[in-house]
Amino acid sequence: MRVSFNWLQEYVDIDVSPAALAGSLTLAGLAVEGMEEPGKGIEKVYTGKILKIDTHPNADKLVICQVALGGEEQTQIVTGATNVRQGQVVPVAIVGAKLAGGLTIKKAKLRGMESRGMLCSGAELGLDPDILPEDQQHGIMILPADTPVGLDVKPLIGLDDVIMELELTPNRGDCMSMLGVAREVAALLKKPLKMPVIQLSEIPPGPEDNVRVDIDDADLCRRYVARLLKNVKIGPSPAWMQQRLRAAGVRPISNVVDVTNYVMMEMGQPMHAFDYNKLKDGHIIVRRAVTGETIVSLDKAERKLAPDMLVITDPGGPVAVAGVMGGLESEVTEDTTAVLLESAYFKPVSVRRTSRDLGLRSESSSRFEKGIDLTGCLRAADRAAALLAQMGAAETVALVVDNYPEPAVEKTVLLRPDRVNWLLDTNLTTAEIGQLLTRLHFTVQEDSSGLLVHVPGYRPDISIEVDLIEEVARLYGYNRVKNTLPTGVITQGARTYAQRLALNIKDFLAGSGFKEVITYSFINTRVFDRLGLPEENPFRNVVKLQNPLSEEQAVMRTLLFPGLLEVLQRNSNRRVKDGAVFELGRVFYPREGELLPEEVQMLAVAVTGSTQGSWNARPVSMDFYYLKGCLETLLAYLGVKDVAYRPAADIRGFHPGRTAIVQAGDVELGVIGELHPDVQENYELSQRVTVLELNFHRLIHVSGTPKKYQPLPKFPGVERDLAVVVRKDIPAQEIIDKIYQAGGAILRDVQVFDIYHGEQFAPDQHSMAFALKFQAADRTLTDEEVAIKTDGIMEALQRDFGAILRK
Amino acid sequence: MQEKLKNILYEAQQELSQADNLEELNDIRVRYLGKKGQLTGVLRGMGALSAGERPIIGQLANEVRSQIEDILELRTAEIKEKRKIVQLESERIDVTLPGTSSMMGRRHPLSIVQEEIEEIFLGMGYTIEEGPEIETDFYNFEALNLPKDHPARDMQDSFYINPEVLLRTQTSPVQVRTMERTAPGLPVRIIAPGRVYRRDDDATHSPMFNQVEGLVVDRRVTLADLKGTLQVFVEKMFGPATKTRFRTSFFPFTEPSAEVDISCVMCGGQGCRVCSHSGWLEILGCGMVHPRVLEVSGYNPEEVTGFAFGMGIERITMLKYGIDDLRLLFENDLRFLAQF
Ligand SMILES: [Zn+2]
Repeated sequence: MRVSFNWLQEYVDIDVSPAALAGSLTLAGLAVEGMEEPGKGIEKVYTGKILKIDTHPNADKLVICQVALGGEEQTQIVTGATNVRQGQVVPVAIVGAKLAGGLTIKKAKLRGMESRGMLCSGAELGLDPDILPEDQQHGIMILPADTPVGLDVKPLIGLDDVIMELELTPNRGDCMSMLGVAREVAALLKKPLKMPVIQLSEIPPGPEDNVRVDIDDADLCRRYVARLLKNVKIGPSPAWMQQRLRAAGVRPISNVVDVTNYVMMEMGQPMHAFDYNKLKDGHIIVRRAVTGETIVSLDKAERKLAPDMLVITDPGGPVAVAGVMGGLESEVTEDTTAVLLESAYFKPVSVRRTSRDLGLRSESSSRFEKGIDLTGCLRAADRAAALLAQMGAAETVALVVDNYPEPAVEKTVLLRPDRVNWLLDTNLTTAEIGQLLTRLHFTVQEDSSGLLVHVPGYRPDISIEVDLIEEVARLYGYNRVKNTLPTGVITQGARTYAQRLALNIKDFLAGSGFKEVITYSFINTRVFDRLGLPEENPFRNVVKLQNPLSEEQAVMRTLLFPGLLEVLQRNSNRRVKDGAVFELGRVFYPREGELLPEEVQMLAVAVTGSTQGSWNARPVSMDFYYLKGCLETLLAYLGVKDVAYRPAADIRGFHPGRTAIVQAGDVELGVIGELHPDVQENYELSQRVTVLELNFHRLIHVSGTPKKYQPLPKFPGVERDLAVVVRKDIPAQEIIDKIYQAGGAILRDVQVFDIYHGEQFAPDQHSMAFALKFQAADRTLTDEEVAIKTDGIMEALQRDFGAILRK
Repeated sequence: MQEKLKNILYEAQQELSQADNLEELNDIRVRYLGKKGQLTGVLRGMGALSAGERPIIGQLANEVRSQIEDILELRTAEIKEKRKIVQLESERIDVTLPGTSSMMGRRHPLSIVQEEIEEIFLGMGYTIEEGPEIETDFYNFEALNLPKDHPARDMQDSFYINPEVLLRTQTSPVQVRTMERTAPGLPVRIIAPGRVYRRDDDATHSPMFNQVEGLVVDRRVTLADLKGTLQVFVEKMFGPATKTRFRTSFFPFTEPSAEVDISCVMCGGQGCRVCSHSGWLEILGCGMVHPRVLEVSGYNPEEVTGFAFGMGIERITMLKYGIDDLRLLFENDLRFLAQF
């Protein structure tokens, strides 16, 4: 909402600066988002009269104007404008003038002819051409012919104004009007509000004059006022009105249209003017549209109407879409001689739906949507009629229909002062509260139970006690309310175990070189194609968005790691080829027979390329074993026991020989594996990628095995290395398990420290070297004891795996 | 003999002072003090002395021995010290060379800031509540006093799964769920962080973003309590010099409602591009819980009151780190993420 400071002065005597007023309004809930000074920087532009226009001797496209500037002063100006005529009054920038955009006018010679100044267009004076009358959007701005010559042009065309741009909250539809804002200003500045005086003089209707209004759908139209105007003379509206409309951002069109817009801007009541003679029988019927009905709206587009849309019709069919836009057929034109003014109340929801469905938003619909003053319709119609009469554009006929099936019942809300003081922690007296509300134009009555507050019709947002408490609070000043902290029972603020674990994991991974990413929860189903998932794959069973913004964000993810692949891809395209990233986030699985899907928090990690390396350290390839190492450390850190990695050759999207299911006991935590080369290619990644995706809920479940102190060993341990030649296809874990089994209680630790493929072995064989550590809690082990165990281990490996001791 | 001993001492002293390594010192020790050394040789010849001379010469020989030993010790220490100095000198490295690199991991800035916000409220006795990101219409809207025809519910604002289910547009449904679970128990003191979704995608809106909302319900919670709480939050988050102001606003689920501005963290309130030259930055919305919301959640609004607030983590993160483009937060450029 654009609010002209000058216009506002008509209703309130403002004795503070525009900036100070903007500050007060902002705190009171009418946020001033911007201040505009249209005339800023413009100097020395005066009204001038064109006395004579001569052709330019050296140029076809230029003319030479002699311009009177008041008194004896006269100047010669060369212009290329084509709309100048002798006798016109126009804005003249004299030598030394400054125009919008910083242009300074100097004496000049144009094709050999001296030019001392410039005739100005609206744009050169900083006016938006879109809100100038059509004939002035191009060329020089033409001022009314009776404008005195030699005056500073700025106040004449509203360039001495300050425009405040208000950002209104949806509850304050009442402030989508100058009077609404003025009411707030008056309350804030403790000034009286000066209401416009409406003086109507009516002429009796003629025998042929007939106005009838039927409201068929009173649920969507609570009131319809129709007022007849005759002897209409269409022409431009007066300069002062054009100026105000321009300040409000509305383009002046003609006196009748301008007045309807002016009244809407002033009082917040949208209005429509029909060419009375084009309405059949002067008969208005307000009803829902019928299937198949259409209307050609003012913007010359044919609109299909749906049965839930409210339309204004005459016996011949729709003439307007209620509250949204008028029809072309009954439009006021230059030939209009009689006008039927509409001032109605349409139900907000209906207007909002209709304007949304038609894709038509207008100044009118945006006001109806927020709810206008049901009690003000007739007054607005009278105001418009009076204004038109005042400017000699029409005569008001004593023929007005006010179809108001169920007049508004005045709302009265009880306000208990102790409730105010409770909620605001203030010590306001009943009288003080009453005064605050009175300043806001509520009528207040004291009663034994508190204050009975009568709510004016333009405040549909006030319906219960707290609404009034907010009114009290905002006028009293939120910033005058104390700052305290809640008292009462002390509560302990603490993270739950799962919340703490989530943070620990993030910190652990960040500390281990991984970067946390946050990717969208919605994905493109193409992801599943990229992963090569067949149609029946359960991950393709997704929660779909009904109205996604694009295919890219069409369904909720069922897997986390594809998001990480996209991150790696994007970085790779930006020439960051190595990456180690993770995300902790939710995936969504539809649930049969349930309203809401299942949401599961997952942890995904992805690595590609190698670590950075430095002058003294080689880069380390971030491959399967790299990620597995990180995972092992993480799981150990989280206290997860009995972790096993089960080779998994058949997980779609993964390398069949480099993928494992991660288990803790019999709980399946997730999967770790290298991407299938096809998938890697689908993501256009140049290096191998290893990913990990774990179910966070299950991880919580198996984590945090209670830790118990183990006494430190008192007796020295014995270390032995054991190298065996064994078939390559025997999983290391099986060999390690066997070693533990054969080593018995005194075998404390087994580490693989070397794997060697050499020509001396058969192609399907390799050498594995283990470091074994024996230790007993109660004695120093003898060499014999250890030798018996290592022999036993070797024997078991030989028996079960055909392993041969490597000497 | 006396003469001889004095000579031995003199020569030993000379040799010791000239020796410059431990091996030489050892040679000298063997030569003078060893089993076959000079001093031993002299002592061996003591048998030829008279009984009167023997103790005198014996004492003198001991003195010579101990003097040589003292000098030996001293010289050993000196040479060791010298050696150490030489060794240390030879071991000098270029300490300005970069250290062995380790990979740089980082938390996402949004995740860092979220934790920071959480810590502030945990310190004030709040617990952290979570809820579904896909919500029912009831919890996301209806229970929050957003009836079916409220403008905020238009299709263009929310992502729907079906007419009854949508991606939550705020974390407020968590408030309702928590109250329902707790009512009529008191007090409720929670924050609800999480992802939320709105159907908006441009330079300043992301279709997915993160919020932290807070809720306190108790017997006597006031607007002053809300103001004080947020003042504490702002000071902890943005520094003690940060000023706050409360502006009247509108949210369907609170009344009275307010928006909170802080003095611009970029210009200190002088006015700059970031604050549109106003000196203020809007950072959160808040208000006293609407009686209808309390009622729907199982509380009697005549007996208990509450306050609620909500903020976008993106906004606070951008202010904190001076990030000028929202999209950077979701692009996950590793060079961007490495900065936090
Ligand atoms: Zn600033």
